[in-house]
Amino acid sequence: MSDITRSDVAHLARLARLAVTDDELDVFSGQIDAILDTLGRVSDIPDDVPPTSHVAPLTNVLRPDEPAPSLSREAALAGAPEAEEGRFRVPRILGESQ
Amino acid sequence: MSELTRLSAAEIARRVQAREVSSVEVTRAHLDRIEAVDGGLNAFLHVDREVALAAAEAVDAEIAAGTVRGPLAGVPVAIKDNVATSDMPTTCASHILDGWRPPYDATVVRRLRDGGLVPLGKTNLDEFAMGGSNENSAFGPVRNPWDASRVSGGSSGGSATATAAGETPLAIGSDTGGSIRQPGAFTGIVGVKPTYGTVSRYGLVAFSSSLDQIGSFGRSVLDAALLHEVIGGHDPNDQTSIDAPLPPVVEAAYAGARGDLAGVRVGVVRELSGEGNQPGVLAAFTDAVRVLTDLGADVVEVDCPSFTYAVPAYYLIAPSEASSNLARFDAMRYGLRIGDDGSHSTDEVMSLTREAGFGPEVKRRIMIGTHALSAGAYDALYGKAQKARTLIVRDFAAAFEYCDVLVSPTVPVTAFPLGERVDDPVAMYLADLCTIPTNLAGNAALSVPCGVSADDGLPVGLQIMAPALADDRAYRVAAAYELARDTSSGTPFAETIPEPAVLETTS
Amino acid sequence: MTSTVDAAPYTVEEVCERFDPVMGLEVHVELNTATKMFCGCRNEFGAEPNTHVCPVCLGLPGSLPRVNARAVEGAVKIGLALNCQVRERSGFARKNYFYPDMPKNFQISQYDDPIVFDGHLDVPLDDGSTWRVEIERAHMEEDTGKSLHMGGATGRIHGASYSLLDYNRAGVPLIEIVTRPILGAGTRAPEIARAYVSALRDVIQGLGVSDVRMDQGSMRCDANVSLMPKGATEFGTRTETKNVNSLRSVERAVRYEMGRHAGVLLSGGTITQETRHFDEQSGTTSAGRPKETFADYRFFPEPDLVPIEPSAAWVEELRAGLPERPWERRARIQTEWGISDEELRDLVNAGALDLVADTVEAGAPAESARSWWVSYLTQQANTAGVELAELAITPADVARVIALVAEGTLTNKLARQVVDGVLAGEGAPDDVVAGRGLAVVSDDSALTAAVDEALAAQPAIAEKIRSGKTKAAGAIVGAVMKATRGQADAARVQSLVLERVAAGS
Ligand SMILES: [Mg+2]
Ligand SMILES: [Zn+2]
Repeated sequence: MSDITRSDVAHLARLARLAVTDDELDVFSGQIDAILDTLGRVSDIPDDVPPTSHVAPLTNVLRPDEPAPSLSREAALAGAPEAEEGRFRVPRILGESQ
Repeated sequence: MSELTRLSAAEIARRVQAREVSSVEVTRAHLDRIEAVDGGLNAFLHVDREVALAAAEAVDAEIAAGTVRGPLAGVPVAIKDNVATSDMPTTCASHILDGWRPPYDATVVRRLRDGGLVPLGKTNLDEFAMGGSNENSAFGPVRNPWDASRVSGGSSGGSATATAAGETPLAIGSDTGGSIRQPGAFTGIVGVKPTYGTVSRYGLVAFSSSLDQIGSFGRSVLDAALLHEVIGGHDPNDQTSIDAPLPPVVEAAYAGARGDLAGVRVGVVRELSGEGNQPGVLAAFTDAVRVLTDLGADVVEVDCPSFTYAVPAYYLIAPSEASSNLARFDAMRYGLRIGDDGSHSTDEVMSLTREAGFGPEVKRRIMIGTHALSAGAYDALYGKAQKARTLIVRDFAAAFEYCDVLVSPTVPVTAFPLGERVDDPVAMYLADLCTIPTNLAGNAALSVPCGVSADDGLPVGLQIMAPALADDRAYRVAAAYELARDTSSGTPFAETIPEPAVLETTS
Repeated sequence: MTSTVDAAPYTVEEVCERFDPVMGLEVHVELNTATKMFCGCRNEFGAEPNTHVCPVCLGLPGSLPRVNARAVEGAVKIGLALNCQVRERSGFARKNYFYPDMPKNFQISQYDDPIVFDGHLDVPLDDGSTWRVEIERAHMEEDTGKSLHMGGATGRIHGASYSLLDYNRAGVPLIEIVTRPILGAGTRAPEIARAYVSALRDVIQGLGVSDVRMDQGSMRCDANVSLMPKGATEFGTRTETKNVNSLRSVERAVRYEMGRHAGVLLSGGTITQETRHFDEQSGTTSAGRPKETFADYRFFPEPDLVPIEPSAAWVEELRAGLPERPWERRARIQTEWGISDEELRDLVNAGALDLVADTVEAGAPAESARSWWVSYLTQQANTAGVELAELAITPADVARVIALVAEGTLTNKLARQVVDGVLAGEGAPDDVVAGRGLAVVSDDSALTAAVDEALAAQPAIAEKIRSGKTKAAGAIVGAVMKATRGQADAARVQSLVLERVAAGS
């Protein structure tokens, strides 16, 4: 029932920010297609069954609006691949074509 | 192996707290053991002798001054490397987290420290806990102490192997679809997945948030229970944490060890206990059920027809949540960064980094999850998987109307050879058949060794499932079974785990 | 309009001869809670970069969100003030997309079960009429961090060579308020857009849940505009204009987009569905970042947070505590105080309306309360270079001063000295009166003695008065006032002088 193509996988990889190689596209499209074939069995389940997203029987779990200590700036930036002027440095946000 | 590394956690705690032995001596014995055998097993990703010994020394000093922080004060523990530790790296066995040291401790780590336990190091796992064989680690597979050519199971394979091989008396794992119980069964130790919401997830690097649960490993039911009580209980930092007293699991382990299960109704789940299992697994399981009957339990068969949806539902929900949870690994704030040479945009650097930093199983699941949540597929895939979850919850509820606990083999097979299933994800996924329903429903389950398979001499696990917030029932049955098992064989099962020194020659 | 190149080719009047505009307004409001939406970091504008961050709002692996109770309360209050229904069970959802200012690469928001929905706001227009804007929903979500674009032209994202990120704002609670399509506004569409945002701002300010400062970004408006040919029923393709950060800009942006759409459509072109950025300087819009071919946010229920079920009792309690609508309150006050439109406007512009109202509430007559705040106190505020409300005097203090004048304890001149004392931190009005010894001398025997003394000192003037030239009494009054250092009631002194002369003093 699944019909995931190579170009579908390329689209998924782009959405998920994975620069997959051509070889990977071949392997993944076969595997994902096979996996989705077996997973598609859930389609037998009647539509009128309500969904379950949370299993713990909890509602209204809230936190009082009271300040807690933040990290020091040094600790916050300690893991940064690059930092500058107390900020996280990242590559330019727009691509060349934009 | 030093005598100290054969002791149970309970016995180590007793001796350290009675000052018959110091925590430093115990810790050193385990560190030495890691040094001696872990080269072959690959259970640990990070060990810091000095930090561990300093922690042990501090506990000794406190005990000398008359303060005992808790029942396990002075006992070493290993921590799965997807749990945040402020004094050790946290890699999730992934290159994408290269060089990352969390600026905080997970709640369970804080509770371990508060309880006076001594963290030895961080254990290997399938990358981001995705897998059932530990072959998906970026740092190499973990080997099974029973046979080094076989998998340890996963994803908590490092914690399981380390505990089985005497590198640590106790370990922390996480269980999303069986990741504690399955490696526990493969390595012949006790592994527990507590009720969802009873052990804080704060600091556990999320794989599938609605399924993930931290739990304990020990070589005995009592040890696992003692650790469970240290790490469990309500935590306001996790809003899915249940604000209720932890079930009395230690008390239940002692109660079970009185060896009487009269009046306990045990349901054998027909869908999990039949022909799908290897013959040796089924035989060991059947034998275990007979032992439960001998102990006075009232054993019945129950049907849970919707459990057949568990594997597909799980392999839709978990990747869906994972695709979102793992989006944060993007090279911007921490971890690996690839391609930032001035010519690439953030989008490109994100894509290049994630491509280089994630292994194939992680990429595969991220893409499946991205697909299952996409507008065109949501209703048919993710939406239906959530409905399947409802049916599974209902099956459990119906079964627990009649039964106090449910049982099944933990895994239909024993530890398989390394490499055997790497290229067949579907076959790999089916091995989670018995453990997954509990994650989907959020109730409690544990795996206790039930001998070895006649097919290959490898350990088999008995899974005992209990209703949510009734974890103590599973402990009681497991402790009773454990005692009967060891009494009838004449040797504690933990002592039959082979010495890894032997396996080094075979690997 | 200064730019000829970018100017929209058609006026709204011209547009509406051929088309009907359809508008949708999405307003994001940052709540002024003490802490962020999902963590205990301070919610504070203008702090040093990356000093209000923690594992949760940095999206560090393993961290988990924790919902701020006060933010939920703010959302419900806004909903009630907009006549919305409160959902019995609502939940959070993840909106997934990659962007470096969003630490988790998903935003925790609400999807198909927003906490409040189906409301309306009756918006007052300049001509005194009102326009009902239907509210589709308002939901809770979290703000993103802020980027500083480096190496290109003056901080623009286009042409930048890299960016610097500050996550202090990441996780600040946001309420997104979404209107239903606004139809039938015709040429008034730009005015209605501005009036709606203005009314919304006033309502939320009245609730006290946000600073609603468009200039600081604590209130932000995205304007969706489309045109459909007159008589058509199907909406045209819309554009979403962002970066509209003043009321005037809202109006200008809608006007510009209407004209631009008409230009494109009438020249045979088609409108591209896209986000556009409004440029304050030129009053024009330009194409923003192109959206992914089709934006698929892959919403799903946030597994780390549990549902919210506001109790009916709590909702009713919040409803009962809602303040009057600001414009209704102003209308009531205007009637009660009997003031003109212009006087009301002056009060509002001076930021004195609440202060005067509170002073009246504390027992002062409206007339004198208004006079104190708009004249003497406004002068003092201007001199000190602070806002009226920042002066170190409370409406209760002002009311007390007014009362002291009314009962004759203070003259107006003395009253100003008392106010000066309060502003100088010398305490409450009564403390200043006592401390400075400022009370009017009302003891007739003391005054009589002073009058007799002055008359005796100036016998010639006393004689003049005696001979009927009562005007000469002024000199004696002046002398008495001087002798009492102004703390006497001049009118009383005047009558005493006449009494004493008549009595033969
Ligand atoms: Mg939004
Ligand atoms: Zn924070």
